[in-house]
Amino acid sequence: MPQVSMTVNGKPATGDVEGRTLLVQFLRDTLHLTGTHVGCDTSQCGACLVHVDGEAIKACSIFALEVEGAEVTTIEGMANADGSLNTIQQAFQDHHGLQCGFCTPGMVMSAAALLKENPKPSETEIRDYLQGNICRCTGYHNIVKAILAASGQETAIAAE
Amino acid sequence: MPKDHGIGASTKRREDVRFLTGDGHYTDDINLHGQAYVHFLRSDVAHGRLVSVETEEAAKMPGVLRIFTGKDFEAVGSIPCGWLITSRDGQPMQEPPHPVLAQGKVRHVGDPIAAVVAETYEQARDAAEAIMVEIEDLPAVIDMKQALAEGATKVHDDLKDNLCYDWGFVEENREAVDKAIKEAHHVTTLELRNQRLVANPMEPRVAVGDYARHNDESTLYTTSQNPHVIRLLMGAFVLGIPEHKLRVAAPDVGGGFGSKIFHYAEEAFCTFAAKQLRRPVKWTSSRAEAFISDAQGRDHVTKIELALDKDNNFTALRTETYANMGAYLSTFSTSVPTWLHGTLMAGNYKTPLIYVNVKAVFTNTVPVDAYRGAGRPEATYQLERVIDKAARELGVDPLALRRQNFVTEFPYATPVAVEYDTGDYNATLDKLEEIADLKGFEARRKESEAKGKLRGLGVNCYIEACGIAPSNLVGQLGARAGLYESATVRVNATGGLVVMTGSHSHGQGHETTFPQVIADMIGIDANMVEIEHGDTANTPMGMGTYGSRSIAVGGSAMVRAAEKVIAKAKKIAAHMMEASEGDIELKDGQFTVAGTDKSLAWGDVTLAAYVPHNYPLEELEPGLEETAFYDPSNFTYPAGAYACEVEVDPETGKVTVERFAAADDFGNVINPMIVEGQVHGGIAQGVGQALLESCVYDETGQLLTGTYMDYAMPRAGDLPSYVVDHSCRTPCTHNPLGVKGCGEAGAIASPPTVVNAVIDALQSGGHKVDHIDMPVSPARVWQAMQ
Repeated sequence: MPQVSMTVNGKPATGDVEGRTLLVQFLRDTLHLTGTHVGCDTSQCGACLVHVDGEAIKACSIFALEVEGAEVTTIEGMANADGSLNTIQQAFQDHHGLQCGFCTPGMVMSAAALLKENPKPSETEIRDYLQGNICRCTGYHNIVKAILAASGQETAIAAE
Repeated sequence: MPKDHGIGASTKRREDVRFLTGDGHYTDDINLHGQAYVHFLRSDVAHGRLVSVETEEAAKMPGVLRIFTGKDFEAVGSIPCGWLITSRDGQPMQEPPHPVLAQGKVRHVGDPIAAVVAETYEQARDAAEAIMVEIEDLPAVIDMKQALAEGATKVHDDLKDNLCYDWGFVEENREAVDKAIKEAHHVTTLELRNQRLVANPMEPRVAVGDYARHNDESTLYTTSQNPHVIRLLMGAFVLGIPEHKLRVAAPDVGGGFGSKIFHYAEEAFCTFAAKQLRRPVKWTSSRAEAFISDAQGRDHVTKIELALDKDNNFTALRTETYANMGAYLSTFSTSVPTWLHGTLMAGNYKTPLIYVNVKAVFTNTVPVDAYRGAGRPEATYQLERVIDKAARELGVDPLALRRQNFVTEFPYATPVAVEYDTGDYNATLDKLEEIADLKGFEARRKESEAKGKLRGLGVNCYIEACGIAPSNLVGQLGARAGLYESATVRVNATGGLVVMTGSHSHGQGHETTFPQVIADMIGIDANMVEIEHGDTANTPMGMGTYGSRSIAVGGSAMVRAAEKVIAKAKKIAAHMMEASEGDIELKDGQFTVAGTDKSLAWGDVTLAAYVPHNYPLEELEPGLEETAFYDPSNFTYPAGAYACEVEVDPETGKVTVERFAAADDFGNVINPMIVEGQVHGGIAQGVGQALLESCVYDETGQLLTGTYMDYAMPRAGDLPSYVVDHSCRTPCTHNPLGVKGCGEAGAIASPPTVVNAVIDALQSGGHKVDHIDMPVSPARVWQAMQ
């Protein structure tokens, strides 16, 4: 079996994989980083979204071997260095942007990617960006609110 | 300043921290030492006779441990149905067997034929492809009315026909209703379909079976809303394992919406196979598999007739519904179109005569069971659509017509067997008019028209019944289970508490809200209270979470247990302070003696309970732990009013939701933030049903909507922000917290709100359209406008 090496959440990670092993399987089964979830099999739901070299990637849509040498960030690597919730995570808690928690890692990773490319997104821009992340619990209202808050746009929430 | 703790505070959820950092612990995160994997080979035809299943070659494939077929389950029980319905003729419903793996026939696409257990999941799947299955195709029965036609192919050969039951309610009212409709001043009739939906919690189902040889104990980890129910059904009816040799645990569960209430074949299989193979056996559903194996929802075809007198008072209501059961009877399937639907047909209105007829039908489709709202959305949809149509036919204001017929005096006994304890439907409708700014609608309509769009306003009132009960009544109605809830409150020596509840959180936030209640009762910090749920090993027998029952029934059980704890603690405190028990007060975590300055801290008393040196041992046992089982005396009846404004593009038929407002009466509210979140989610599912979602089979029984590329799940861009309000409060009169339940309201009330708005928009454009079936897709709207 071929071996793959990458950096995951700042630490080197190596493992044996089959050619057909997906990045999400490598993260969950080999590295035991079970925060990245699998919610569908057609790359629609976004529960497995991670960052690969800073880009938002659905970890179900890429083979582990394709990520050789890359920097991968998962939900487990998002908290502040002291373990406290980062701004986006904290905003999700403050605004009740999650219920069952299953889509949440993908939502947080997606929100982080959005705010990196667009630090002050409008509500419409947030909703458009989240087309690839399905949540069945929240109706998105509080997710949108959390992302607005994380981007420092408390006024947009007050104006609702 | 809003409260930051206790009852009524929007306390932030403690469970969020683990979910936000990737530390959630879902069933698929469980991997046991020596675990094997199962892959189910499922039928790719909807109906056929199993001629042969050859596994010999497949069994030789790498890693295969064993291949199971229906033969291996001949001595195993059938997956049971939990509710017996009696037909109008007094006969019990037709109840076919439901084997764990198909025996003799396959009856829907997805029916499991064989199960391959192998060292890895990939090996199991590869070997399944090598199994040779010969199926003699039979005609598939898909349409309900065709299924009931004479000479129709039978889904179950041993049954008389495809009719599960023909239920009439209230049968004694039938003739009076017929007469009232015949003699009515006006009758509005509507035929509609409440389409089939797929619940689609984001976490697919998972089951891990384990077996311990040293004590002959089986364990099942599963994605369940009610582990005790699974233990009872699977242990007693399917596998013959007594409860004391079977543990069922549901850790973090990623949403349920009803679909994780039921006992499924895969759970029984993993538990059974683990014992046979002496190895843990794990199954993780793919999403594609979920679409053909999770019980689906709704699928009712209904004709409803509303009779009115010359003053527009409702005089009678008659409905006839065909309810699709699918190929087998799922756990609570039979109760949904009957007791959870017929009893709600009065809605918010004082219609004196109601008759409901339901014909439940077997078809070659995936079984249908409860999905968020379960029966109540179907009732509300028909009723609120027909009222809207009646208002249009009579040329009266739809809100005024509703107000005129509202129930205004409580308690109110409906003609469909339930008694509303409390409510104020005018108050929620008044509140709605305010928060939805209904006065501003005409101006907004003009703005839309200036852009070439048609704007419509839809309003809807609803009532629902939560916390189904009491057990002795539901027993008479055919339920094969009790519907109480349980809680054990264990106080530790240093004053912290653990509440072990039979209720189960799969997103509702019990770990936050339940401690808010306890903290208020004792006057301690909520962080001193821990909630345990989801594991039969450490919780008392409870019925789980569904039907918006957690706080109303589970919370009440917890309150009762905590009251027992406090009563005992007061006795201990009285002894310690040499006072009379009746003089002891507990406030802010301090026991005081009325009229004196004596006091003891909560922790002093709890310590004495476990270190009983100065303790009334002759009267009182040491320790501080109590259990309560709470069986409610009635349902609770949340109610409210919803409004939606849509824009319809006349060029394309596309509908967009522009504004959405909800005014709910949930009685007392423990955590407003969580309640609002529940309403948001319910609205999204309701709008999803109204505009997007539909589970479609072709005439051969192939599922055409088996992935997220075909089944339109609502995305963030499909939905607006919502204005929600729960300030109208008529507390429930019969539970200790005065709470009602909020989990399903949004999903119940939204679909008719949206469809009413679309019809209003089309009518405003001069299109004489009375009704469009859901989902109100651009194609359907465009067609209706032609």
